[in-house]
Amino acid sequence: MGSGTREKFDNPVVDWVDERLPIFTLMQREYGVFPTPKNFNYFWNFGAILMFMLVVMIVTGLFLAMHYTANTELAFDAVERIMRDVNGGWLMRYIHMNGASFFFIAVYLHIFRGMYYGSYKAPREILWILGVVIFLLMMGTAFIGYVLPWGQMSLWGATVITNLFSAIPVVGEYIVTLLWGGFSVDNPTLTRFFALHFLLPFVIFAVVFLHVWALHVTGSNNPLGIDTKGPQDTLPFHPYYTMKDTFGLIVFLIAYAAVIFFFPNSLGHPDNYIPADPLVTPAHIVPEWYFLPFYAMLRAITFDIGVPFTDIVIISAKLGGVIVMFSSILIWVVLPWLDSHPIRSAKYRPIFQKLILILLVDFIFLGYLGAEAADAKYFGIPVNYFGLAATAYYFLFFLVFLPVLSKLEKGREMPPSINEAVTSKGH
Amino acid sequence: MTDTADKADNENRRDFLQLTAAGMGAVGAVAAAAPLVNSLNPAADTLALSTIEVDISGIPVGESRTVFWQGKPVFIRHRTEEEIKEAQDVDVSALSDKQTDEERVQKPEWLIAVGICTHLGCVPNGSKSTEPRGEYGGWLCPCHGSHYDTSGRIRKGPAPKNLPVPKYEFISDTVVKIG
Ligand code: HEM
Ligand code: FES
Repeated sequence: MGSGTREKFDNPVVDWVDERLPIFTLMQREYGVFPTPKNFNYFWNFGAILMFMLVVMIVTGLFLAMHYTANTELAFDAVERIMRDVNGGWLMRYIHMNGASFFFIAVYLHIFRGMYYGSYKAPREILWILGVVIFLLMMGTAFIGYVLPWGQMSLWGATVITNLFSAIPVVGEYIVTLLWGGFSVDNPTLTRFFALHFLLPFVIFAVVFLHVWALHVTGSNNPLGIDTKGPQDTLPFHPYYTMKDTFGLIVFLIAYAAVIFFFPNSLGHPDNYIPADPLVTPAHIVPEWYFLPFYAMLRAITFDIGVPFTDIVIISAKLGGVIVMFSSILIWVVLPWLDSHPIRSAKYRPIFQKLILILLVDFIFLGYLGAEAADAKYFGIPVNYFGLAATAYYFLFFLVFLPVLSKLEKGREMPPSINEAVTSKGH
Repeated sequence: MTDTADKADNENRRDFLQLTAAGMGAVGAVAAAAPLVNSLNPAADTLALSTIEVDISGIPVGESRTVFWQGKPVFIRHRTEEEIKEAQDVDVSALSDKQTDEERVQKPEWLIAVGICTHLGCVPNGSKSTEPRGEYGGWLCPCHGSHYDTSGRIRKGPAPKNLPVPKYEFISDTVVKIG
């Protein structure tokens, strides 16, 4: 980092510092003149939005933590006190609570952008995998955070999800007791969850740093998915993309603020305003909306897999559901190798383009199913069967369609360069 | 010995030293992590709460009481004659978790079972006679619809196992010690 030539800065103080710690040179190189493809669309805004949201979550979380108490006797009341008595406490909490939702809105769009435009392909595999790691950490952080207010959904959501680990053969029960620090989700669980909820965002921060580092090694992909070939294809990051990112961020924040101020509880579940009661399970347990597609896949597996015509069960329904749910995300790690088609962008892959749009609809449909009661029926058919079909499409897409298309799909004709594509008419 | 053989020999030794050093480092890291992870296991005071004594004289026939043990609900059900008969008459080979009623109770009138659905841990309904008890007259889990019979055995739905029977003993005719 210290090596390389350094240009002098006009301001003598800046220059004095930069000579000793070239932080201004670094910023100038990575965010000032950094060559960026000139054809970004608005899908490229979400990275900056996500960075902003991470800072928002850390700052509001820190101040909430100053008023919060991680104890089952006190936690619910502490959060109510934040809402009623702490100066501006309601605002901090609504920013944090809805911030989690908006964080996930942004990350889902960011991930889908990556899939649609083939950003996971060489040379960006590590960049992509770091993104998957961030997503997993975010899910963990949000799940644990939701336990902190110690309402009914906090307790029972935590109970159902931690119990998933009991599906693991042999060591499952032991792991669950270890997670709980007792024999049910209780005070030891809450205190350790608070400690982890405080820590994980900083771990996320560190992985984001690596993610951005990897991005700055390979440079950004773009909607055409073709490599930049020279200065005619790029623009300096500043002022072009600092401006575009700021504009996108403001639009995003308007929507976020509208929810914070006008419908702050619309994305949450009212049962979480009932204090946790270990003797009464709410009639209908649902996770937060951003977990619903995965929850639907978990519930779709209701059958044991065993040796045919015997009672021997190899994978119980419970374990099967857990495996399916975790693999639905982990499969993204190997995406760059499942899809080895030479063309990146869906724009030039007619079949891939249709299938991935169906995948999007499929995923949203799964989210919809995840919110239904387990015994609900559509047209007299149990929702489970729909869940199973949607789960099947999800895995077929990754495990069958992508490898097959990699071999067989004929792409559309590609423009020779970004510059020619965006300057010729008809774009 | 020639120069090159000497060098190769040296490299082998160096590899060996590096590998053992790294190996010892890894052993040390695991040894350091073990007590930290172990601290997450139930603490002494949590374990100390692990037995309770319950007076069961006030539970009418056909009803049950839910007591709190190790942070979990435990159902103590005073079964009726029909409920006992129903539980005993079941063809065990047709059950998914095969247990006879005799294996699950010490005194036929009293069924004692942990009130945690073996699917994903919700509390099944049916302890009060006014609650829905499912198709087998025992308990019905509201979360994903598991049905339990009057012996607390899983009969229908996603749960894999019967409601677990905790360790307990009758200290007298009216007092039972759980844990
Ligand atoms: C990746 C970033 C983060 C995410 C996704 C996240 C998510 C959440 C969620 C979903 C809740 C439950 C909100 C509710 O229903 O009330 C929550 C609560 C909480 N979070 Fe975070 N959080 C993040 C960062 C942080 C940080 C960095 C801190 C502390 C430094 C923190 C401290 C708290 C506290 C004290 C609560 C309980 C108060 C409350 O419920 O509003 N969070 N978090
Ligand atoms: S937790 Fe009881 S049926 Fe799922």
